Amino acid sequence: MRTVPLPRIGTWEAWRDAARALMAEGVSPEAVLWDWDGTDQANLFGTDTPSLNPEAAASPITVPKSYLALARTVVWHSDPERFARLYAFLWRLRDRPGLMADRGDVDIARLRDMEKGVRRCAHKMKAFVRFRDVGQEGPRRRFAAWFEPTHHTVEPTAPFFTGRFGDMDWMIVTPDVTARFEAGHLSLAPGQTKPDLEEDDAEALWGTYFRNIFNPARLKVQAMTSEMPRKYWKNLPEARFIPELIATADARAREMAARAPTLPPVRAEKIQTRLAAACISAPMPESLGELCGQMAACTRCPLHAPATQVVPGEGPLDAGLMVVGEQPGDQEDLHGRPFVGPAGQLFDRTAAEAGLDRSAAYVTNAVKHFKFRRTGKRRLHQAPNRDEIDHCKWWLDLEVRLVKPKLILAMGATALQSLTGRREGLLKRRGRVEHSHHGPVFVTVHPSYLLRLPDEVRRAEEIDRFREDLRQAARLTA
Amino acid sequence: MNIMPKSLQDKLAILADAARYDASCASSGTARRDSRDGKGLGSTQGSGICHAYAPDGRCISLLKILMTNFCIYDCVYCVNRVSSNVERARFSPEEVVTLTTEFYRRNYIEGLFLSSGIIRSPDQTMADMVQIARTLRERENFRGYIHLKTIPDAAPELIEEAGLYADRLSVNVELPTDASVAAYAPEKNPSTIRAAMADVKERHTAARDRSHRGRRPRRFAPAGQSTQMIVGADGSTDATILGQSSRLYGDYRLKRVYYSAFSPIPDSSARLPLVKPPLVREHRLYQADWLLRFYGFSVDEITSTRPDGNLDLAIDPKLAWALAHRGLFPVDVQIADKALLLRVPGFGTRTVERILSTRRHRTLRYGDLQRMGALLKKAKPFITLRDWTPGALTDSADLRARFAPPPEQLSLF
Repeated sequence: MRTVPLPRIGTWEAWRDAARALMAEGVSPEAVLWDWDGTDQANLFGTDTPSLNPEAAASPITVPKSYLALARTVVWHSDPERFARLYAFLWRLRDRPGLMADRGDVDIARLRDMEKGVRRCAHKMKAFVRFRDVGQEGPRRRFAAWFEPTHHTVEPTAPFFTGRFGDMDWMIVTPDVTARFEAGHLSLAPGQTKPDLEEDDAEALWGTYFRNIFNPARLKVQAMTSEMPRKYWKNLPEARFIPELIATADARAREMAARAPTLPPVRAEKIQTRLAAACISAPMPESLGELCGQMAACTRCPLHAPATQVVPGEGPLDAGLMVVGEQPGDQEDLHGRPFVGPAGQLFDRTAAEAGLDRSAAYVTNAVKHFKFRRTGKRRLHQAPNRDEIDHCKWWLDLEVRLVKPKLILAMGATALQSLTGRREGLLKRRGRVEHSHHGPVFVTVHPSYLLRLPDEVRRAEEIDRFREDLRQAARLTA
Repeated sequence: MNIMPKSLQDKLAILADAARYDASCASSGTARRDSRDGKGLGSTQGSGICHAYAPDGRCISLLKILMTNFCIYDCVYCVNRVSSNVERARFSPEEVVTLTTEFYRRNYIEGLFLSSGIIRSPDQTMADMVQIARTLRERENFRGYIHLKTIPDAAPELIEEAGLYADRLSVNVELPTDASVAAYAPEKNPSTIRAAMADVKERHTAARDRSHRGRRPRRFAPAGQSTQMIVGADGSTDATILGQSSRLYGDYRLKRVYYSAFSPIPDSSARLPLVKPPLVREHRLYQADWLLRFYGFSVDEITSTRPDGNLDLAIDPKLAWALAHRGLFPVDVQIADKALLLRVPGFGTRTVERILSTRRHRTLRYGDLQRMGALLKKAKPFITLRDWTPGALTDSADLRARFAPPPEQLSLF
């Protein structure tokens, strides 16, 4: 029988080295006794404790990474059997490395349970340690806490606290291990009894917060205790309010519901009238800003509901050229600006090549809301129907009346329909000026048509023609 | 009228009380930071930490307060609306900073969740909130979590700055349909709210792209954005609510949509229902939300099990779906594909992962599933294994009754 002593602080490294040496020597699990911090009574039987061969401890054995991560957590469990279980499983793993992936195996299920217990305890420690201010000596503020962990979690959790409270000195005292952080240096020592820490002024404020963030209309005591078990309450300053909060919740909720609604305070009316005066809208817009404001409230057709926002036109009000596209796409809908998506970028590029200055033109769409079909997380463009175009014509008309352009460039069938009432024969009508009640309309294709052409050569040709159209439109308004 | 200046205790009581109807308190999913260099305070990791739980079962992770509960808006469902007689208070920016850092140093909280009533103008309110976040980050070197509620109408520069200091930004959509927002929150504009969410999404995405020199811009709200919907104040069905959420998840890449069961508030408006909706409705919505995001269900599938478009309150939505589609069951756990396993009631995503990894090595048995964390009480009518078959159980007429609680447990109080 071999007895392996393990220290309380530094348990993991000691266990790992011992397990490595025992495996190298081929010592079977039944022949090993693990003595953690001198607590194992088996020593009474007087078995000999041959020291481990240091060379064997350094010899490499291969284990799956996932086992290492598991063992590294399980060694901190409070179950005295933990080391034996880990070693016995390691022994089995020698012949069946695939065992780690078998979640139905009884041994691994037990070890995973223990791992979960330690993780939970470490998590609760991060959550429920409560520091108290113990006065300042020197440049750093000093805090101390008393905590009672379920497992041996102080050592593996200490790095969390050093990473979080880097600019102060602190000490976490537990019956198991005490962690001390001073001037940026962490040290661990055996546990102590509960120190006498004076109540901190911040605790009264924290209690006030805890009492007031609680909503008495939705009492769910079990949801609380399953996450914050009673065993932790004695060291939580806020927990002393819990019984009272539970006892009075029902009455408070009833009282709230029973109380008759009161009349609004006098100032409410004044504030409301001032607010209302600021946003009364005029019937005929006089400026672009005003027009946009009215447009944003448009519910003339159902397209406003699923879209993010209305996308009004933009550009100078004295522009000679007005460019009308079809409708905003996904990008335009998100940005709230026309012609910023892929088709808009193609338009900008080609216009620049054709000598058409976009910033001097007023750019807008025939339909002001994005129409789309949702597939999964993507929004696929859909062409607006006749009804939607007709409803939105109202806004396009107002824009034309405001800008009074010399020429309107209609791009694509939707724009053409809205401006001339007829969408048929786009490709035959392109490159010419038509007369409408809005004035002259120059017809061309929509840039997204060019993006959809699959054939590279054909697309290059069509882009050339489009550029030629834009050049002509620029000439006509020059 | 109270002429004495309020103490910090009084203000905290009023402004925590005013903030408690916001369901969100998450501090997860942000960039990793720490203060190992000794020059600052605080850290963040992938998952959040709940430092306490109130008796309403809600996690307390952040110091969730209003900067002020003075408000010029009159949203009927809100305790802080202009026409309410609730007591008012206002923190100075310095007070919020002190409370946050002092609570943080004592390990009470993960950070700050700051919201506010609208005072004077949206820009002014937002500017004050940004100032608090800036002081925390730049003067106090605070590296904990900050969640700012953004005001939809505030200037873009303010939103931009807010996103550089905050881990998460949020705007509440408040109610599931535009019509309800118009009826209950007359000064709020649903399309402005959507535009604000689209704006945050765009900035968040843009801040992830490297420049042509491979340099990364400063991160913008690394934990993304979330929103909240109030359930039960208007007449919207669960189908409408879930349709709205799946739209929000898709269009604006929201991290979370929170559902808050309408809670009767002190001094509530006469236009609202005085009875609270059952809290279980909120719970079922969260379950359905999870099915949408992690289990491959669509809104129609979840809400089609009942003709009125609401979820079954007595049993969970996944079980309700399975009961309505018994033809697909029982499922052979040994050979079924992942998508189908995810649809078995009582199997979570973790259980399914474990099944998939173990069945590569050997044949599964009933006892294995128990150890893998499956809820067999729910799962057993819907599965077959080498040593288990449900027999006539799958199609038995009283299967629903075995799961649904007796009706009297659903009373309102």
